[in-house]
Amino acid sequence: MTPLALTAFTATSCLGRGLDATLAALEAGRTGLVPCAFETVTLDTHVGEVPGVDAAHLPPELGEFDCRNNRLALLGLRQDGFDQAVRAAAGRLGPGRIGVWLGTSTSGILETELAYRRRDPATGALPGDFRYRGAHNTFSVAAFVRRALGLEGPAAVISSACSSSAKVFASARRAIAAGLVDAAVVGGVDSLCLTTLYGFHSLQLVARNPCRPFDVARDGLSIGEAAAFALLERPVKSLAADSVLLLGTGESSDAWHMSAPHPEGRGAGAAMTEALVAARLTAADIDYINFHGTGTPSNDAAEARAVAAVLGERVPGSSTKGATGHTLGAAGGLEAVICALALRHGLMPGGVNTSAVDPELRVSYLRDSRRARLGRVMSNSFGFGGSNCSLIFGRAG
Amino acid sequence: MSAPLTAWVEGVGLLGPGLPGWAAAAEVLSGRAPYEARTTVIPPLECLPPAERRRTGKVVRLALSVGLEAVRNAGADAATLHAVFSSSGGDGENCHEICQVLAGAERQISPTRFHNSVHNAASGYWGIATGATAASNALCAHDASFAAGLLEALAQIRTDETAVLLIAYDADYPEPIRARRPIPDTFGVALLLTPTATKGSLARISAELSTAPAVLLPDTRLEALRAQVPAARSLPFLQMLARGEPGTVVIDYLEEQRLQLVVSPWH
Repeated sequence: MTPLALTAFTATSCLGRGLDATLAALEAGRTGLVPCAFETVTLDTHVGEVPGVDAAHLPPELGEFDCRNNRLALLGLRQDGFDQAVRAAAGRLGPGRIGVWLGTSTSGILETELAYRRRDPATGALPGDFRYRGAHNTFSVAAFVRRALGLEGPAAVISSACSSSAKVFASARRAIAAGLVDAAVVGGVDSLCLTTLYGFHSLQLVARNPCRPFDVARDGLSIGEAAAFALLERPVKSLAADSVLLLGTGESSDAWHMSAPHPEGRGAGAAMTEALVAARLTAADIDYINFHGTGTPSNDAAEARAVAAVLGERVPGSSTKGATGHTLGAAGGLEAVICALALRHGLMPGGVNTSAVDPELRVSYLRDSRRARLGRVMSNSFGFGGSNCSLIFGRAG
Repeated sequence: MSAPLTAWVEGVGLLGPGLPGWAAAAEVLSGRAPYEARTTVIPPLECLPPAERRRTGKVVRLALSVGLEAVRNAGADAATLHAVFSSSGGDGENCHEICQVLAGAERQISPTRFHNSVHNAASGYWGIATGATAASNALCAHDASFAAGLLEALAQIRTDETAVLLIAYDADYPEPIRARRPIPDTFGVALLLTPTATKGSLARISAELSTAPAVLLPDTRLEALRAQVPAARSLPFLQMLARGEPGTVVIDYLEEQRLQLVVSPWH
């Protein structure tokens, strides 16, 4: 594929608002996971909650989109001058030439969950303030971001569970290559809600303590929330050396099981291979892997097998979910931004919480952050329904 | 858009109220047979193992049924295809059940309900049913979901030069969400699209963004269906395909823009 530049990017998660806070936490090996005190949830687990989400007020003219997920989106858009960068690009290219592709798994479902507690006792009707289009519908975050940024190009939400906001990079690169748009706002926004907390609990996939990806004693994931965005454009000729490029995307389907990965990581390996082919690279070109690494026994085992098969056992890698939690539909976007930070600052973030790497997982797992010049990195995202996506990013120089 | 996005339609699958499959629906849409409004009937799904079949809701059965019909009509092999699934609301019944349980005291949702709650559930079951391991997408664009899915498929055909199966589908919500999102019945459409013509191609399509108003349907009942079900926004295009005549049709997309399709029958 023709490389695309990430001309602006930002992330907000439980590690903090914006790039500086995110980088500082990653360098220090700090986790943002805390005992769950979200809403009325009584589960004994840790979550990665973003403080102050509900204090983000949507402008009155966008009030129909008000929900926790879009408040988090707004908080995210306002960091690192991301919204100004998009507006500047819209001024240059035209608002109709910038598309919006965002990932989310649950959108504003929290508001629906709360509305179901307030149903009319006689008729069962939802309360009058329930808003289907602006809050409940899966598209609401893309509709909101598009309006908030004044964009008029094509838009869609990709909702393929935990691969959602990795796959948006692939859809956006196709739309740009096909001439449908000149630039794209991509990323993911997913926020805490009862469906995912109780749902993953029902599958016995939630850890009690902060998750420990790739640890011999790993026992499940920790759920987090995040808003992460990038602006993708065709690169100009004179890119700064620390500019970050999207070099390759790979997507595949397990065709295996709805909630368990293929045990040998068949689909995961196919996505990684396709990304390498698209980037015209080989395993030896990859300097760091940001694993999907949820911390569930089956995910990490399948991913390690796939990585060992495609990239070998020597490429250093880590999962940053011990720091951020699994931000589900936002994970691909958040980890893409973490990869961009890694490239720009020459930092391989260590996988926090992991004390004894599982010897069965034949990968070079980084427990401590390490400084190194990185040229190209890979990010993996795998979701329910066997939806896999691998992305490769690189430095311009 | 710099150049229109083009593809060849190789096969169609369709299920909707009074539209039981593409062959029968084409008769109605072309005006050769009268439209008789009937509740959508989704045939039993034989392609999934019994254990998986029991876990699927009607939305998944709808999506897989129309997908399989399009593949069958094209004489293609489902296992080899890239797929784009697009739905405005996904599985509304499942969502309702989960919200109901979460509003109660116990909050114990079933694992099956939870894994069925993902918007890409149909895509996941499709892979299990057909063995398709290529990329599969799961889109939502509210009322624009059909055109958004078509654009995704056309961009993929242009850049990756591969056949893509588009499946757009919507189901009616149960109460109480139904009162706020009144989709009257289930409707699904599948198009097998290829980058080059084959012996079996039905038509060539060429798509561009447009600001012209969307075409309405002359039959008031079909027009009501078009206006009420996001996947049925495809109907004016399907009507042109059914007639087998060349022409241009504009279908709904996002609020301020539509999608113009130039349809050229191949045979």
